[in-house]
Amino acid sequence: MADAAAMAHDDHHYTSTGLPSWKVGFWAFIGSECLFFASLISTYMVYKGRSVVGPYPEEVLNIPLTSISTFVLLMSSLAMVLALDGVQRGSKKLSLIWLGAVIVLGAGFLGFQVYEFNHFVHEGLTIGTNVFGSSFFVLTGFHGAHVTGGVIWMITLWILAARGKLAPADSLKVEVAGLYWHFVDIVWIVIFTLVYLIQ
Amino acid sequence: MSAEAAAHAHEGHASPGFYWAIGGILTVITAVEVAIFYIPALAGVLVPLLLVLSATKFIMVVMFFMHLKFDSKIFSGLFLSGMVLASFMTVALIILFQVLPKYDL
Repeated sequence: MADAAAMAHDDHHYTSTGLPSWKVGFWAFIGSECLFFASLISTYMVYKGRSVVGPYPEEVLNIPLTSISTFVLLMSSLAMVLALDGVQRGSKKLSLIWLGAVIVLGAGFLGFQVYEFNHFVHEGLTIGTNVFGSSFFVLTGFHGAHVTGGVIWMITLWILAARGKLAPADSLKVEVAGLYWHFVDIVWIVIFTLVYLIQ
Repeated sequence: MSAEAAAHAHEGHASPGFYWAIGGILTVITAVEVAIFYIPALAGVLVPLLLVLSATKFIMVVMFFMHLKFDSKIFSGLFLSGMVLASFMTVALIILFQVLPKYDL
């Protein structure tokens, strides 16, 4: 009861389970996002090998380049947990360094994606060329949009940290942002394997 | 979250060294994925190998970076319910559009 009374005076709301409502709600959102990306990945799989005109996947997909961008996104996830650790320790310096690293690595991943899309268009593959182009651009485009949203979110957290407004008591804000970032990472793990490596 | 609650939450998480180790393992697995893609001798087992390696990376990120291993089982339930539904949907769509048309029902 004392705990419940203490929680009632916190900045954050708690569910009847004693868990923060932000985090419960965000995990439910991630569950729904699984369905969203599964529908896009399923569509890609269903239409795989059904293009009647080129360019075909094996002609345009660049495995070495995408391997580097995959590594960049994986390292951004590492930077994210280290940023959360920095905030929980109350270290402004570590928070700024690692949140900055997430922003740079996330923006780097987006740079690779822009280069790839541009290259594909020059090779004659657009969203309307064939079913490979349609399903590929929709799937990876929505993923890129999620990464873009994540980078913007990280920039707002970096500004909060720079202003000294990310104390250990605010770590839930960074933890929820981290859940989003890691989810975007695991979606890419699936896309990299199913789209790029299993052709 | 109060400072005490934040500190308690932090206790349930791992150390930076552990996160670096997980990051290193994820890097190695990614390098192995790309390497086996270029080995013709492994072409016959490439798909199952890649699926196992990818699943390993997926589980490691979810368990350790997203802290499901250390957090409440309610979060695991919320995530797994979405994953199970998503898996059923994927299998159903592949059966409907890839498998059944071959039998000309």
